[in-house]
Formats: sequence, C-alpha cells, structure tokens
Amino acid sequence: MTTRWTRKDLLGLRELSADEINFVLETADAFKQVGTREIKKVPALRGKTLVNFFVEPSTRTRTSFELAALRLSADVINISATTSSLTKGETLKDTALNLEALHADILVLRHSSAGAPQFLANQLKASVINAGDGAHEHPTQALLDLYTIRERRGKIAGLRVAIVGDILFSRVARSNIFGLLKLGAHVTLVGPSTLVPREFEKLGVEVSHQIEDVLPKADVVNLLRIQHERQRREYFPGIGEYIRLFGLTKERAKLLKPNCLIMHPGPINRGVEIDSEVADGLHSVILAQVTNGLAVRMAVLYLCGGVAT
Amino acid sequence: MSTTIIRNGRIIDPTNKRDEIADLYISNGKVIGSKSEIREAFTRRDGKSEIEEIDAKGLIVAPGLIDMHVHLREPGFSHKETIESGARAAAAGGFTTIVCMPNTSPTADNPSTIAWIKDRAAEVACVNVLPAGAISKGLAGEELAPIGSLAKTGVVAITDDGHCIQNHEVMRRAVEYARMVDLPVLDHCQDYNLVGTGVAHEGYWSTLLGLPGWPAAGEEAMVMRNILLAELCDHPIHCQHLTTAGSVRLLREARQRGVKISGEVCPHHVVLTDEAIQNFDTNYKMNPPLRSQTDVDALLEGIADGTLSILCSDHAPHAGFEKEVEFDVAPFGIIGLETELALFINLLVHKHAKIDITRLIEMYTVEPARLLKLDAGTLSPGSRADVTLIDPALKWTVNVDQFQSVSRNSPFDGWKLKGRAVRTIVDGKTVWKL
Amino acid sequence: MKQAKQRTSDAAVPTMDAEAIRRALQRIAHEIIERNPQLTHVVLAGIPSRGVEIAQRIAAFIHQIRKINVETGVIDVAMHRDDVGTRSELPIVRESKLPLPLEERTVIVVDDVFYTGRTVRAAMDAINSFGRPARIQLAVLIDRGHRELPIRPDYVGKNLPTSGNEKVRVRLEQTDGQPDEVRLQKQ
Repeated sequence: MTTRWTRKDLLGLRELSADEINFVLETADAFKQVGTREIKKVPALRGKTLVNFFVEPSTRTRTSFELAALRLSADVINISATTSSLTKGETLKDTALNLEALHADILVLRHSSAGAPQFLANQLKASVINAGDGAHEHPTQALLDLYTIRERRGKIAGLRVAIVGDILFSRVARSNIFGLLKLGAHVTLVGPSTLVPREFEKLGVEVSHQIEDVLPKADVVNLLRIQHERQRREYFPGIGEYIRLFGLTKERAKLLKPNCLIMHPGPINRGVEIDSEVADGLHSVILAQVTNGLAVRMAVLYLCGGVAT
Repeated sequence: MSTTIIRNGRIIDPTNKRDEIADLYISNGKVIGSKSEIREAFTRRDGKSEIEEIDAKGLIVAPGLIDMHVHLREPGFSHKETIESGARAAAAGGFTTIVCMPNTSPTADNPSTIAWIKDRAAEVACVNVLPAGAISKGLAGEELAPIGSLAKTGVVAITDDGHCIQNHEVMRRAVEYARMVDLPVLDHCQDYNLVGTGVAHEGYWSTLLGLPGWPAAGEEAMVMRNILLAELCDHPIHCQHLTTAGSVRLLREARQRGVKISGEVCPHHVVLTDEAIQNFDTNYKMNPPLRSQTDVDALLEGIADGTLSILCSDHAPHAGFEKEVEFDVAPFGIIGLETELALFINLLVHKHAKIDITRLIEMYTVEPARLLKLDAGTLSPGSRADVTLIDPALKWTVNVDQFQSVSRNSPFDGWKLKGRAVRTIVDGKTVWKL
Repeated sequence: MKQAKQRTSDAAVPTMDAEAIRRALQRIAHEIIERNPQLTHVVLAGIPSRGVEIAQRIAAFIHQIRKINVETGVIDVAMHRDDVGTRSELPIVRESKLPLPLEERTVIVVDDVFYTGRTVRAAMDAINSFGRPARIQLAVLIDRGHRELPIRPDYVGKNLPTSGNEKVRVRLEQTDGQPDEVRLQKQ
C-alpha cells in the first residue's frame, strides 16, 4: 500500500494539491469511525510525544488537538506562552530546539506571527503542525470545514460558498479560500470593504458587500468571528453597525436555500455575526464541525507523525 | 614619495567626459595629469621610493565609488558591524567613500558623537567615512538637532534615516535651517499612519500571506511632502531608497519643473519583488519593502531617464540571532556593500541595458558628489587618488561567509553574478584587491 | 487437504487457479458451519483489501449451504500497527465496520495471506476497541508459514510453505479486477 502523503509538516493549504487535501479527508473518514467505538483509542502514535505549543492562547483548538493525540495513544504536553520561557526572553527558535532535545516528535504550534510554523519546520526534525499563525493560515480548521461540507453535500466542486466577516485578518478565511478553490468550489467573500481585500479577486473569488445578494444563492455560509479588539475600530465602526449590515439575523436566514449549511469556526458571538436562534437552527452544522475537527486532526497527526524520519 | 601607474585600463571619468584606454598616474595620493608632473614623479625617484605598476588591461578605471547610504552601527551596535569592518566591506565592494547614517547609540545628533565617529574612522577605516547627522533630536521628529553645530563638526548631510519626521511643520523648519548651513537634507519617506505595522508591500503577497501591508502611498505621501517643501524652502531634499512607481512619477514631474528634489535606488528593490517573501525568510524583509513587478519596472525606467540619479546600498547589518526570528518581529534590512555594484551591473547594464556602464559609474560618483558637495568622484588631475578598478565581465558566485562585513544577512548568497570591483585604491594606496 | 509439494516461481501455472480458490473457500464455509452452531452470532470480518472480498464470498457460500445470512464487516488494521513511522510507506487507513454489540459474538477475522501473524494481532487489537467478543477465530486463504507470534489460523484454504525471498501474490476479481489466482513470485 502506498501513501500519497510525504510531508512531515502541515503548514498551510496553499501548498497542498487537491489530491493531498482529498487524501486527508479520506483518512479522516477512518478516524471518525474510531470515535464511535467503545474504546476510542488506537495505538498508531503510541510512544510518540506531541507538544501543544500555544503561544497564542486557545482552549478549543488545543483541546481538540490534545484529544486527537490521546486517541492515537501519543503522550501530550501542553505549553502556553506564559508557561514557556518565552516570557524570560528566550527566542522561539531556542524554545523549539529545547523541545526537540526532549525528543518531541510532533509540535503543534499556534502563534501570532505569520510564518512562525514554517520558521520552526525549517529548523526542527520534528513534525510541525500549524494550529494558526497570525492572519496567515489555519489549515486544520479549513480541512474540517471541507470535511463537513463533503459529509453533508457529498462533494465540494461546484458548490457556492460564502465566507462572511473580517477576511483581512482571518487565517480561517485564507485557508478556506485556498482549500475551496483547489477543490473546485465557487467562493464569495462578504464583509465591509475595509475588511475584504480585493486582492483575493486575483485568485478567482468574488467579493460582495451586500449579504442579501449572496445568501439566496449560497450552498454554504461560513461565518467568521468578528474580532472587536483594538485597531479594528479603524476598519469598521463597531458591532452595532456590523450586525445591521452583515449579521446573519433570523430575517436574513429566511433567504437561505433549504439545504444551505451554516458554519462557524467558533467561538460564536451569539447576536453578533449570527442570531442565537439561527446558530441552533436546522441549517447549522457548527457542532458537527467540532466532531469532525477531532477526526481531521487525528488524520493529520497520523499522516505527519507517521512519515518516517 | 610614492608613485603608482595604472596601465592600459579603460578610464571612465564622467566629469571630464573621458572614456578611453590610457594610463593613470598617481603620485603622493593624488592623480597627476600634466606631462611635467609625470616627469617630475619619475625623476624624483631617489631610490627610496617605489613605482607601483598595476596592470588594468580589460578593466575599467573609475573614480572611487561613493555609497551615500550605509549603516556602520558604531557607536552602540558593534555586534552587527563596526566602522572598521564596515569600511573593509566598502573597500571589498569597490567603494572609496561611504556616508554613514546617524541611527547609532548614542544617536549622531550632537557634535560629540560626530567627532567620535570621525576620530574612530581616521584611526581604523581604510576608506573615507563621512558622517550624516540627525535632523531631529533622538530621531524623534519633534525638536531640531543642533544642525549648525553638526555642520561645523563636519557632517555632509542631515537625515533621520530609519525614522521620518511626520510633522510637516517641523520638517519645514529643519529644511529652512539646513539651508542656512548649506547641508542637503536626506529623507526616509514613510508616513507612519498609512504604514502602521506594515512589514511587507501591501499587495497580492501581503494579502495572501496575511502579513500587515506597507502601502506604496505610505512612501509617496512623504515624497510629495518633500517636493512641496523643497519648493517652498528652495533647498535640496533627497529621497532615500525609493521603491514605488508613484514615487518615480512624482519625482519626474517635479524635476521637470526644476524642483530641487532627487532620489536614490537600492539594488534589492530592483532585483527582487515581493514574491520573494512567500517563505517568510527574513533576509527579504527590509524597510521600505520589496515591491511589485510594476514598481520595479517603473524604478528601472526612472534610472534610465535620469529621474533617479543615485545608487546606494542601505547596507543594514544585523546579527544572525537577530534575524532568525519570526518574520514580523525580525529587524528590517540587509547588508549590501559587497554585492551592490555587481547586482546593478548585472541588472542595469548586462540584463536590461537600461543604462551604460558610464552612467552607472556616474550615479555612483558624480551624482552623489554633486549632491553632497564632495571633493570626490572624479579623476581630474589634482584630485585625491581614490580609484576603483572594475572587471565588468568577471563571473563570480556570492559567498557570504567570505564577506568582510561582520554580519551575514544577505539574500544573495549563492547568486552567480558577472562584474565586480577588483581593486580599491584610497589616497593612492590599494586598500583592497581581489 | 493435499499439501503443495512443488514450488512454482513466476511460472506459467499459478499455485491456485479460480476453481481451486472456489473449492477452498467453499470448504472453509463448511468448516465454519461445523464449528459454529449459532451462525447468527458469527461475524466474518475481513481485513482490507482482499480479506473483505474473501469474507463476502465465504458468507455467500454459507448462505448457499444453509440459507442463513452471516454478517460481514471490515477491520482496518493500519492504525493499530505497532510500526507506524518506521516503515517507508505509511499504510492507508480505512474505515472499520463491525456490527455492535460484539459481546456473545464470534468474530472470524478473514485475510488472504497469513505470514508473521502481526497483521492479525493488530486486527485483534482493533476488535478489542469495539468491544469484547465471545470468541475470535481466524480464516485465511493461504498460510505461508514463518509465523512470529503464537497465533495460528483456524481455517486454512491452502498451506503453502515459502522462503523469505518469495512473495505470495493473490488476485481476486472484485478487488483487483483480474481473474482469481494465487501465484508464488521470487522477490
């Protein structure tokens, strides 16, 4: 049996081929089944050490990776920015080399600097999995989004997918754009003009600032979390304005096709990008995304961790 | 009493409109020209002095090249570079005169620091090191530095390079003041608000990679500001390291009207584009950043039609550990003294034939000398014997480990280039040869 | 059952042709029926890829003989292997399917070739994560010898002694799109 996976790292979807993406999704099918067994554990990564190095904090993604690793029988260590010596001025490179000296086999990295996982992958023999680097990529999120769409609709090619929100600063958006385009979907970006860069049109996506135009034709609507931290005020006037123009309210949800899927990477701001009712409604596959996230991450860890060094 | 004859080289001396195969005579550190001087140099040979003969067949004999944008990092950052090592790097690159930027520690915004730099250079530097002073105290852009005293201490220009005065009123007063002491003002054109936390050219690649963008308008806004002030104050302002098509367009229009505005180009901005950053290699992170092919094309046109008149490196050394960090955290800049000449010769003369070698030499000699009112950049008889010998056809491969510079932050390691300085002569003495 | 006395290597004649395979699987079906009075408790769980087709064929024979539908399933062993990361090729993982619950059932693991026994060990590991069957048995088309673990098949289609530098090549119509055969090849 041969594998079509030869990468020790998963840094992003931009460099993956459609074949490779499909291969990960197929592998995830097998691992999803493990979650339905009585003993939800397989020994595939037994004896391997996985380090969750979350310089940028996250509970959900980290928990998902941790659970995925445990189900593969790997040993897991969690390090955050505060528990690491980064606060003492140690460089990222030195911290990682120290982890490698402890024989860490897989490093799952979330960092606020774009390119940080690539930077480490170049230095380390260990596998580096990008759990989100700045505004650049979040490949496992996009993979689980693709998996969810494929699970519900049977395919990706030809579907009309709308991604709504703060695209400019979103790594989830970027990875999704790369993945969806490679698998043949039609992508429309929706949001305030200050947050939806037109440069993406060069890749072949559409840009719209009128959500009502886009919703009736969409097969999938992927809502991004609106980050209302600091500098964003220069980009859009505030939450109230955003809801009025782009929020997926009950009213707007009526425009959706009956089998349209509503997705969200989480955590959702109920009442902001999505109405509470809609989040719990029939279109929503938000919880399925979480379950699928586990299967996808098990697949990714299995494939990258299993590449012979 | 020493005499040097450089034989059979192609002497290119733009000031004197010279381009011919001839011998160049140097005596006691000066270029000598009249037959009587030459005869005297030979007859005064009294057994104690030597005549050095240099075979320059196949080589270009040019006035010593001038790089007016170099960071020597001393005082304060000698782990990146020192005046001594930077001078050696300059010599290895074919440069006999360099102008060093004031963003040292302490800042070169006061006479003592300038005096220190000059003394240190006199002690250890093998090439001429001319300091530029700061425009504002601490480069903070708020209060004027003691520009008059700096002039008296011997700075050749003032600049806040690395920083840019944002308040146009402050800049206006600085330019007016500099006029009084006849110092050219150099400006690193960057509007802090438009640029924000930008680390890469705002365009296709920064969008794709999710990196904060550094829009072209951020440079053009200040180029425009400088054009207005150069006109208002009737005093030359020189825009450093220009990178955008818009900047070239603004400069062209203003120069046509006779405004005293000029601009310089660094090799990386025409040899590379922003596509180079896609692997987050910090050797491609500079300020201002690498730009798009459209900008590169406009810069090349600007060089060809004379809108951009000066070439330089913005040599910015950083230690390895400083650059080996995440892209958005890494310091900006690359070294350039030892590769700039070859890169420009390759691109401008060999590859695109945008300018001929004479104009290239002019942009490294006559033009900066004119702007900074230097007694240099020429091989006229009586001038200081600063000479650069160039082999325009020499093929070589860049190897950063062999550089004279203390630092290694260059993206050109391994590049195969054609053309190189093979000997650098300062004050009649060879300070470097290949 | 007759033992193979001769070795054929890349020969014109396969070790087993379609008819021989058919007879072997039919015999196994009879043996399973003999030893398992409660056929409704039996699960024929094939190891991908060819074990799956063999399990289905055995089930079909049982149905022919007894008119009882024996359940079939799939046990993917790739993620249970103990050598992940040490082999040059990473095994492709596939979804496993077993009817639940397993308690009181007899799971018969089905594979095409039995060699060292490690694949079957991994299969038993996999089964354990689904539950705790009453019994596990093993049915294989070919037993080529050289076991490395204390595991032996309960039902064997053909014993085929081999040496380490030989390869047993099995082709099945549905899985491989080629006529059924078993062939011995020198590496």
